[in-house]
Amino acid sequence: MTVTDNESTEIDDPELEVSAGQLGVLTRRDAVLRMSEVKAAATIGGDPIGGETDQTMLVNMGPVHPSTHGVLRLMLELDGETVRRSKPIIGYLHTGMEKTGETLTYLQGPTNVTRMDYVSPLFNELVFSMAVEQLLGLEVPPRAIWIRMLMCELNRISSHLLSMATNGMDIGAVSMMIYGWREREVVLRFFQKVTGLRMNHNYIRPGGVAADLPDGWETDVLELMDLLPPRLEEYDILMTGQPIWRERLQGVGVITAEEAMALSATGPLLRSTGVNWDLRRDLPYLAYDAVDFDVLVGSYGDAFDRYAIRLNEIRESIGIVRQIVDLMPVGDYRSPDTKVTPPPRGRIDESMEALIHHFKIFTEGFKVPEGEVYVAVESPRGELGCYLVSDGGPKPYRMHIRGPSFVNLQAMPHMMADGLLADAVAVIASVDPVLGEVDR
Amino acid sequence: MTEPGDETADKGDDQADEAEELDTPSTGQAAYGCPVTYSVGQRVLHVPRDDWGETAAALLADGWEMCVDVTAVDYLSYGAGRELPPTVVPERFEVVASFVSHRRRDRLRARAQVPESDPSIESLYPIYPGTDFLEREVFDLFGIAFEGHPDLSRILMPETWEGHPLRKDYAVGTVPVQFKAPAQRETRGSAPAQRETRGSAPAQRETRGSAPAQRETRGSAPAQRELRE
Repeated sequence: MTVTDNESTEIDDPELEVSAGQLGVLTRRDAVLRMSEVKAAATIGGDPIGGETDQTMLVNMGPVHPSTHGVLRLMLELDGETVRRSKPIIGYLHTGMEKTGETLTYLQGPTNVTRMDYVSPLFNELVFSMAVEQLLGLEVPPRAIWIRMLMCELNRISSHLLSMATNGMDIGAVSMMIYGWREREVVLRFFQKVTGLRMNHNYIRPGGVAADLPDGWETDVLELMDLLPPRLEEYDILMTGQPIWRERLQGVGVITAEEAMALSATGPLLRSTGVNWDLRRDLPYLAYDAVDFDVLVGSYGDAFDRYAIRLNEIRESIGIVRQIVDLMPVGDYRSPDTKVTPPPRGRIDESMEALIHHFKIFTEGFKVPEGEVYVAVESPRGELGCYLVSDGGPKPYRMHIRGPSFVNLQAMPHMMADGLLADAVAVIASVDPVLGEVDR
Repeated sequence: MTEPGDETADKGDDQADEAEELDTPSTGQAAYGCPVTYSVGQRVLHVPRDDWGETAAALLADGWEMCVDVTAVDYLSYGAGRELPPTVVPERFEVVASFVSHRRRDRLRARAQVPESDPSIESLYPIYPGTDFLEREVFDLFGIAFEGHPDLSRILMPETWEGHPLRKDYAVGTVPVQFKAPAQRETRGSAPAQRETRGSAPAQRETRGSAPAQRETRGSAPAQRELRE
């Protein structure tokens, strides 16, 4: 099966005014394979049409390839072992969660969105809850804010640990898979203690969090924070310093800062190119302006930089968590506004009003004033945004999640172009997409 | 009240300062030749559909380096209630784009009205190539065409899907899952895995039918709780 290069001519449309926009900064503007399924199917078994000098092959990688981090399919145009153009094909996990979100009340919303990025579910709940609270004009008690920060930073740690694990396995450091999952499991065990669930917590809700931290949480967290740094040192020995690891990652999947900006890339992918941008510091939310941390940036924009950024972001998050343990205020863990948060269980037996509120919140849901809002947080993968439109009813009129993985996937063909097929695996791992969030 | 056209004359170097001055919310402001409103304190630019690309180019030139999000809203059943500047005529669809400026550490949102009779708008791809997937998503789920997009095809739904699921007149769960004719299926050789996943959709529905059984088991939870108490 062969395809010719002349199909790429339709991409480089000379009519496009390159000078006015950012399109000109893309060094490989033809890196994206623009080919429909039907057209791709037509090339199978066909005669070579590209002539003797230009014969490329179309190969599908995935959607169940172990290194594609879920059900991601890549249509690769290969020239020997070199990737020329590629096209990420997604949608296998599309379950219409944005449509579902329109049929759920604001209190049920977090249950839905938490299933999008299932590796960092708390961030989804956070961004949705923050959007609802902004529309409501609701002040969240300080303790709720700090609990959210604690949980999100721990979630960042667990997400990056999983990224270390899968990145390691993709490159061939198979033992890293076991170590990464092992450490992540310790974090998830703490989540289970707090939220009752390892994943898909539905813990952060509009108005605050579902429950206060359990007694003795400081001990658990500090134990965890003492456990992790030596393990990270082990990762350094196992991977960072290893010549094989460096050979596989350094100079692979290079992207420039201008390209990353033009492709709307965010998170470690953007920071690896040297762009110093982290929403936690630059557009602070929660109480991130009250804690001290560094934003890590790379300089080469390659897969190794992205790996190193994630590894060191775990260390930064450990620092943030330690500060949170010291600074955790006392008080309510959710807003005392009875119109938004259900009354405590004990009140229902005593107060008729509490019973009515409880009934109303769980059947009809609370109403949110008309308006629209876009809220974004820095998830482990980049800018996670939520665009919420309310028509004044108890359900969102429109709920849109801007998934960082979805947008970051666009950069993949540009990073893979003219690289080896084996490096394509390293590139996927370095972008660290979560397909639940890509497809929503 | 300032007419939206007044500001176009000032387009130039001082536009950056001008935009920064808009930090205090008040009605009747304009920037980049478009009326500005505030929603929950967030600045919203109401761009005429014909100026969509032009305004985006002006935004990029003015330091809004990144277009982080493009989405759309179908205002079919909630047309009258929403707040719009008096000069903007409400239409069924609205395309919404979010911009970020690293230098200003700020966000800006642009909204454009797109009529039902001609659901199309200029693509931002030549100006912000990062809108590639986002515009394909809007096209897929809303059926809004982006003129000038290099590959406007479905991205989340199967290529052969009919209808646009996020439109308000596309009901939840009442439209039967569409499949290709068996003969067609055999001739199309690509992506067997994809077809299989599509084919499994009815099976999933059936399992969903078993939800009451699950609920019954869940019903035993309060009993457990009582025991504990």
